[in-house]
Amino acid sequence: MSEIPHLLVHEHDDNVGVVVVEGLTAGTDMLCCVTHDNSTFRLTAGADVPIGHKIALKDFKEGDTAIKYGEDIGKIVADIVKGDHVHTHNCKTKRW
Amino acid sequence: MASKYSNMTVKAYRRENGRVGVRNHVIILPVDDISNAACEAVANNVKGTMALPHAYGRLQFGEDLDLHFRTMIGTGANANVAAVVVIGIEPGWTKRIADGIRATGKPVAEFSIEQKGDFETIRAASWAAKEFVHMTSEYQREECSISELWVSTKCGESDTTTGLGSCPTVGNMYDKLLPEGITGFFGETSEITGAEHICQKRAINEEVGERWYKMWKAYQDDVIFAHQTDDLSDSQPTKGNIEGGLTTIEEKALGNLEKIGRTSQYIDILEPAEAPSSGNGLYFMDSSSAAAECVTLMAAGGAVIHTFPTGQGNVVGNPIVPVIKITANPRTVRTMSEHVDVDVSGILRRELTIDEAGDALIDMICRTANGRSTAAEALGHREFSMTKLYRSA
Repeated sequence: MSEIPHLLVHEHDDNVGVVVVEGLTAGTDMLCCVTHDNSTFRLTAGADVPIGHKIALKDFKEGDTAIKYGEDIGKIVADIVKGDHVHTHNCKTKRW
Repeated sequence: MASKYSNMTVKAYRRENGRVGVRNHVIILPVDDISNAACEAVANNVKGTMALPHAYGRLQFGEDLDLHFRTMIGTGANANVAAVVVIGIEPGWTKRIADGIRATGKPVAEFSIEQKGDFETIRAASWAAKEFVHMTSEYQREECSISELWVSTKCGESDTTTGLGSCPTVGNMYDKLLPEGITGFFGETSEITGAEHICQKRAINEEVGERWYKMWKAYQDDVIFAHQTDDLSDSQPTKGNIEGGLTTIEEKALGNLEKIGRTSQYIDILEPAEAPSSGNGLYFMDSSSAAAECVTLMAAGGAVIHTFPTGQGNVVGNPIVPVIKITANPRTVRTMSEHVDVDVSGILRRELTIDEAGDALIDMICRTANGRSTAAEALGHREFSMTKLYRSA
């Protein structure tokens, strides 16, 4: 891959991806890579998101489920626009 | 079936009981907290020895006391240890621990402080320690098959890069070396919460999976639900995990489980600090997720090399077991490189495959087994942390 990806996604079923570069700024045209098969797509970052943090791959409504590793990782607790930051302010475990 | 890993060998120490160690430590082991000072004095007198001070060993009882003895005896019995001086306040428990270690056939000397005092104990123990240093410093490394290594894993200061890079690197290593006959350990009971349904299915058969689930459920009921104030959200994920981008325990657990790869299955379940006895293969050890406690328990179970994936940069080490740090986080490589043994950040840039990263880790395991000091060893990280099950009498 000649260009370094900005965002990695584990599986095709996932609806969130992980920022893997430092200093990502809102408006960046991100190269996104699905690690399962190295397929790529592009997405515009909707916010400044730190390395390691997640970005929404679709629009979420409160009550939706976040999927990563092809698995349920928690519930969405506030609406999120595609490209925006997904973290503890808008996503929680379903366990408690 | 022979693979390119089948003929790999390392230069290591074969102990009296046949087990293979990669270090040649002479340790001064306190039975209890009040014997730490004497042990440290002996280690100061005799260069080439190391004291292992800790906080417990008095008025423990029941299962908690059993764990204390198992950890003490297991630490002394570890194949990375050539000889042991045991010092306790009184002779009864001191002898029990010394005899437990002696069963391996390695040289052990025991001393107790009551009716002698620190001075006399330190004098006598220093003579014994010096003899052990002379004797063991002549031990030679010999060629051993890689299959004879006992390799443990536990990750720490995890973030989303551990699930993407450093944990799958360890998983790839296990997928390649477990079929060659190594013995592996993973654990961190609390951190499997959120992926327990997946972990249960990774058992070699249904019976082992059911026993695993029972152990995990007992931990949930007896420890978490019995002691929680609200929920675990202040400690799992940890503040460091959250800073690193992990949002929920499910996300953390799924990344954690990447350490057992794609094909590896665990063959049995171990109590904390218990040594495997069901043959070669992967074991789940019921253990704390706190780094130093977990590494200490696995070392007491007999692991001679520990592989430690980290995201945000955990700096843990162990006095007797070399801890190999692996990170995929480029910021951690940039800011904390003195702690990193294997840099797999190329996985995030798609410059390095998981297969290549696994081979790089296997190479580092061999070099470490041959004698290379890990970052944690070079930096003097010797965290020896006993797990305590409940308060003492």
